[in-house]
Amino acid sequence: MDNWTFGWTLALIGMSGTMLVLWVLSLLILLIRKVFPPAPAAPKKG
Amino acid sequence: MESALVSGLQGLFLGIVNLNPGQVVMILVGSLLLYLGIRKGYEPLLLVPIGFGAILVNIPLSEMMAEGGFIRFFYDTGVRTEIFPLLIFLGIGAMTDFQPLLENPKIILLGAAGQFGIFLTLLLALAIGFDKLDAVAVSIIGACDGPTAIYVSSKFAPHMLGAVSVAAYSYMSLVPLIQPPIMRALTTERERMIVMGAVKQPISQTTKIMFPIVVTIFASILAPKGAPLIGTVMFGNLMKECGVVDRLKRASENEIANIVTLLLGLCIGATMEADKFLRAQTLVVLALGFIAISLDTAVGILFGKLMCLLTGGKINPLIGAAGISAFPMSARVVQAEGQKYNKKNYLLMHAMSANAGGQIGSVIAAAVMLSVLQGMGIVGQ
Repeated sequence: MDNWTFGWTLALIGMSGTMLVLWVLSLLILLIRKVFPPAPAAPKKG
Repeated sequence: MESALVSGLQGLFLGIVNLNPGQVVMILVGSLLLYLGIRKGYEPLLLVPIGFGAILVNIPLSEMMAEGGFIRFFYDTGVRTEIFPLLIFLGIGAMTDFQPLLENPKIILLGAAGQFGIFLTLLLALAIGFDKLDAVAVSIIGACDGPTAIYVSSKFAPHMLGAVSVAAYSYMSLVPLIQPPIMRALTTERERMIVMGAVKQPISQTTKIMFPIVVTIFASILAPKGAPLIGTVMFGNLMKECGVVDRLKRASENEIANIVTLLLGLCIGATMEADKFLRAQTLVVLALGFIAISLDTAVGILFGKLMCLLTGGKINPLIGAAGISAFPMSARVVQAEGQKYNKKNYLLMHAMSANAGGQIGSVIAAAVMLSVLQGMGIVGQ
């Protein structure tokens, strides 16, 4: 494989792959937040 | 008796006789790194052992890196095996609070944009004649993350480890000088003044515990070659958040991280032998490293501008500059720059989100890179 084919392949897949993985991670974070919401604050006594 | 005395005295002068100009230059370079670390406070935890290692290895006949030499032992044990950077990652994970990112997950995309400098520099390195794996090692300086740079360069181009590591750590410490001019050049005054509202999203403890587990499983399955990188950062973070292994967490962020930092620094310094380091290629590596970090910053800001446009002006593009891994330095630079134009603008928490995204982004970018290289058959299965 010549250097240019190597470089452009790695650059294009690398940039789009990194972006895609992090985008899906952001969706997963939203999902985890939804599945495990914070416990409601306990009502104050008195 | 007389000849024994003469021979004994000659032994004392062997070091001087064998000292060559290259070694003198490298001893001065080591001293400069010590000066920067001790007097200027630039990444002292790394630059002090690196500088001292560089001095030690350039003492004639010291044989520090010869087979069985004092530093060679640690180099073979921890750097060639890639164990040291991974143990550092464990400590980084244990020290990092991902809460700002969990509160505002869309900002993680800035952490991806902040890695584009890696790939653009790769093209540049190939264009000026680096071979494939050397170009990969140089471009990883753009991760703006010392352990990632060390992990990748020790894997693919160990002969460039010294130059790549020194560039990575030096430029990380120079982020407050490198980033502001780029931030000003790529944004308008109006954009720099955008006030971002506070994000107060309560996050449950279970979410914080699930985060490192989910990231590890998901990202490692997608990019298995990066599993050691992702796994150690996230395991460190899991120890921090789960709250039941406090001793292990403290050991990771203190004892283990400190011992490994010390030995890693010495080993990196010891790769700076005059005959290997004093080459024109080292200067090119330093220049490309600078370009890589500048490109990270530029692309991060441009992506911030795009997000600003798409959200109807709700995102200050300056926070895009924090999408790199220099945590929390880059976030502080964004905060300081924002306040220059609007004293009431508090961008710190948003910039911290982007910065935490940059930390994950650098590891993911390296993991993706390793897996693509494996897929292309450039490195072994």
